[in-house]
Amino acid sequence: MSSDNTNTPQTTQEARMGEGVDSRFNSTLREAFGSSPFILTKFDKFMNWVRGSSMFMLQFGIACCSIEMMHTYGVKHDLDRFGAGVPRASPRQADVIIVPGTIVSKFAPRMKRVYDQMPEPKFVVGMGSCTISGGPFQEGYNVIKGAEEVIPVDIHVPGCPPRPEALVYGVAKLQERIANGESAPVTVSPYELEQFGDLDDDELVQHLADQIDEDELVMRYDWAESPSQ
Amino acid sequence: MSLEEPSTPELDTGETLEGVDYDALESLLGEYAIGRESHVNAEAFVVRPDEVQAALELLRDEAGFDHCSCVTAQEYEDRYESIYHLRKYDDPTQEVGVVVPTTKDDPVSESANEVYRTADWHEREAYDLVGIEYDDHPDLRRILLPETWQGHPLSLDYDQEQPQVVEFAEHANPLREDHAADAQSDTMFLNIGPHHPATHGVLHLKTTLDGETVADVESDIGYLHRCEEQICQNGTYRHQIMPYPDRWDYISAGILNEWAYARAAEDMADIDVPEYAQVIRTMSAEMCRIASHMLAVATFALDIYGDFTAIFMYAMRDREVMQNLLEDLTGQRLMFNYLRLGGVAWDLPEPREEFFEQTRDFLDELPGKLEEFHDMITSNEIFQLRCVNTGVLDPETAKSYGATGPVARGSGVDYDIRRDDPYGYYDELDWDVVTEDGCDNYSRVLVRMREVEESAKIIEQCVDLLEEWPEDERNIQSNVPRTLKPDADTEIYRSVEGAKGELGIYMRADGTDKPARFKIRSPCFSNLQTLPEMSQGEYIPDLIASLGSLDIVLGEVDR
Repeated sequence: MSSDNTNTPQTTQEARMGEGVDSRFNSTLREAFGSSPFILTKFDKFMNWVRGSSMFMLQFGIACCSIEMMHTYGVKHDLDRFGAGVPRASPRQADVIIVPGTIVSKFAPRMKRVYDQMPEPKFVVGMGSCTISGGPFQEGYNVIKGAEEVIPVDIHVPGCPPRPEALVYGVAKLQERIANGESAPVTVSPYELEQFGDLDDDELVQHLADQIDEDELVMRYDWAESPSQ
Repeated sequence: MSLEEPSTPELDTGETLEGVDYDALESLLGEYAIGRESHVNAEAFVVRPDEVQAALELLRDEAGFDHCSCVTAQEYEDRYESIYHLRKYDDPTQEVGVVVPTTKDDPVSESANEVYRTADWHEREAYDLVGIEYDDHPDLRRILLPETWQGHPLSLDYDQEQPQVVEFAEHANPLREDHAADAQSDTMFLNIGPHHPATHGVLHLKTTLDGETVADVESDIGYLHRCEEQICQNGTYRHQIMPYPDRWDYISAGILNEWAYARAAEDMADIDVPEYAQVIRTMSAEMCRIASHMLAVATFALDIYGDFTAIFMYAMRDREVMQNLLEDLTGQRLMFNYLRLGGVAWDLPEPREEFFEQTRDFLDELPGKLEEFHDMITSNEIFQLRCVNTGVLDPETAKSYGATGPVARGSGVDYDIRRDDPYGYYDELDWDVVTEDGCDNYSRVLVRMREVEESAKIIEQCVDLLEEWPEDERNIQSNVPRTLKPDADTEIYRSVEGAKGELGIYMRADGTDKPARFKIRSPCFSNLQTLPEMSQGEYIPDLIASLGSLDIVLGEVDR
């Protein structure tokens, strides 16, 4: 807007916006603000809206579901339409980790390490049945029965594997919850040392049990009785 | 299929024009053979545990069995047993088994590592899961399970509910050992993975670097060991096993894997498959191969160019088309569960004309799309700089490691089960086996891209056949008993050409409706073993390119 057209009558909006505002920056959103370039909101609400609208995903593939996850990022389903489709290779740059696959005893510590490296606030989408309960592999000797044994999960997307549409829906739901400031407190179940196999509870067993830090264990001792089964 | 006459009148010991003469092999082995067993696929000789090397060496050098495709370990009530499944790269229908029994008290047998390099990992797996120990093995450690694991899960007395101590602290600082090492050391230790974009899943490479050069690389696998063999052993033949093969090589190669199980089980229980179903199987399997190779090319481009470029997106676009076709056919995008013992689950979708038309549309557009890929990948100078003459794997090394599939064919080893040990409808159709002599990363990619063309040829012929098929002869399923109980002690090793190479299944029946031993011979497991040979002495970027060109899928490596 040039300064020499002072004679032409201005609308209130133009007058208030003043000079120096390039029309390129006046997006639909800017127009929606109407005559006032200011909005009044709570800081938390603004931050939640920002977080939900721009999420960086961790580029993280485990098993079969990661193939469908790639398709979700790919041309047809294009998760980026929803402001959540930029995969970052480093956990230190990511907000959301999609856990796409079966977690086994050897991988669980590594996954927790990756999760721990993500900056707060961070969110987890569990993709597929394996991250819910171990899925079709639940009876395997080596399989962790759900991602929640290791890290807290915000959204579960069921399926084996879920279709890309389902994953898009799950991510959109997560964005909605974040924007609304909802975050259900999810707690990771502790690894209770209720029994030490079928050994008699004698001094030696007690001694061994004392040596083990229950919070440190990847797999539950009492699998058969595990509440996730 | 090549129509050239085989020109090999020069025969190995024990080889006749009809196949293998097992009596001649027995006399070749002489006193090494202390017994003889009959498996469905081949005869097997029993060898003393301390004479394994000598016997295998004879079979390799004198009788020409240069391919150790699989090592199966299992426990019986009274003994342990390792079975070496040997065949020839020139003619995989010529097979022989070497059975090595060991006692329960002292399960030690001689390692075959000196004869076949591939036995290294196979024997480590046997030790890990079943508990047989191998003398003279260079590095007998657990391979799939954490090192803190107690017991051997596929042994008979394993208690699955026993406590296992696997701690988070175990992996708290993977670099600790290196930091503790001598500070004067000239080399640097670098972990690649298990979470890394270039490892195609959860592979861990322990790399020792000398400057920018790879001095040593050791693959640490088992981060996706989902107990597939145990789960198949707990499932009934008829229906409960078939969903799992989809999840071995999960890159849309489901039907190829299902076929491996279907072929083994059908041959074991002597089930016929109607011709019409065989044509549908052949067509859908090749559709899977195209989808699988597309992803291989896409992720390889991701490794080389380092970002989600157009190549990745184009490949995804084309895969979507293929997945839509497969979804129309099978009802699922990825985990098809389409094959049944004795046939397929259902006939082609109605209206058939629409399905044929869509398939033809894809095939018509394919050459143009491949041209695009060639423009962006193989004729790109940057790509060629990264791939030509890097990751060289010479044919002899490839054979010794049991490499198969595009990895072997990229090294000039002309080996394709579809042609050499025909199944399905392949021997009725006109197609070629693609080989390249470059032995480098570039050749392996080229083989995959040219195989897509061959697969398209096969699909086209199948579509023609299916279109013409008389309506009253469309039999998709033969009669199969509701409960399948193969005779006790029937043993079989059968393989098909999966997307990554020779995918084999060993099964032993015990008279019940579930297999007593179910062993998966994964092509990726053997192919991945060649990685150190390809990358030692090369730069790190070449290591990444080599890994990408192997096109491993961890679900199949770890099973």
